[in-house]
Amino acid sequence: MAKRELQEINAGSMADIAFLLLIFFLVATTMDIDSGLARKLPPMPEKNQKKDDSKIKERNVFVVLINSHNQLLVGGQPMQLRDLREKTKEFITNPLDKPDMPEKNPTEVKYFGTYPVSKCIVSLQNDRGTKYKTYIAVQNELVAAYNELRDELAMQKWGKPYNDLPIDQKKAIRDIYPQRISEAEPKNIGGNK
Amino acid sequence: MAKFSNKRKRSGQAISTASLPDIIFMLLFFFMVTTVMREVELKIKVKVPEATELKKLEKKSLVSYIYIGKPLPKYRKVFGSEPRIQLDDAFAQVSDIQQYIINEREAHDEKEIPLLTTSLKVDGDVTMGIVTDVKQELRKINALKINYSARKRTTDL
Repeated sequence: MAKRELQEINAGSMADIAFLLLIFFLVATTMDIDSGLARKLPPMPEKNQKKDDSKIKERNVFVVLINSHNQLLVGGQPMQLRDLREKTKEFITNPLDKPDMPEKNPTEVKYFGTYPVSKCIVSLQNDRGTKYKTYIAVQNELVAAYNELRDELAMQKWGKPYNDLPIDQKKAIRDIYPQRISEAEPKNIGGNK
Repeated sequence: MAKFSNKRKRSGQAISTASLPDIIFMLLFFFMVTTVMREVELKIKVKVPEATELKKLEKKSLVSYIYIGKPLPKYRKVFGSEPRIQLDDAFAQVSDIQQYIINEREAHDEKEIPLLTTSLKVDGDVTMGIVTDVKQELRKINALKINYSARKRTTDL
């Protein structure tokens, strides 16, 4: 019966098929890098804790309000989103020592000696009707202001951007520009949405 | 020259490629196993807003996701068109979030719990009301590390 010889199947193309599959999987599985704005929420206040925010002087607080129509009110004045970053930077550093901008507290910082650290606190308030898009854009601008200030200082001192510095130098810069963005309890002025 | 001709004589035989498929298959299985196809089936429309100061989420196993957005058209009849929360594969209420975070915590080692991050994937057109409610719930349960998911912005403001 077995007239024909039992021939082995040529397995040479097997590798190609496997390669094809491999490439398909490499392309199809999206290793999508999740990224976003990392923030930390404040802990819930204890029930019997007294409110003691009276300590913070008004001149140290940079108030950013967003209403339900996505308009900004910064320090009592309406503002466009694109101006917010510069304004925030100016407020934090207070280069001209204006009386209505934050005080500076001379602090001992490693590498810098005594440095006048701004007591600035950014207070962000939004309405329940504010669009999330606007909220994120504002958060982004505020974080960007801090990041730019840190980068500028790092460039000035070490000639490198902040992210390339070793840990203790980063910490020194963080001590000078601590990111203090506080969010007040939400208010509902613009109606239910 | 003599050396070269010597070599050529010996190299007449081809290397056996019989084991090549096995190697490739091994690679293939490696990739099939390691790449997590953890794509939650989204029942809501989520188009995250754009930002520039992005940070990457480091360890995916330590991240739990909360999606907020308007239900897709096919779910509108049942769930309406107001923004909804989705946890894992199902619609959820604000009050379900605490239990969700507790479940996430139980699935992890005790020392990993402070590292757990909550990623908020929220559609840009949602109003802040629901987001604020979610944030309050997270504060209540002390899940304070959050990440507002966003895309890279390439254009100017």
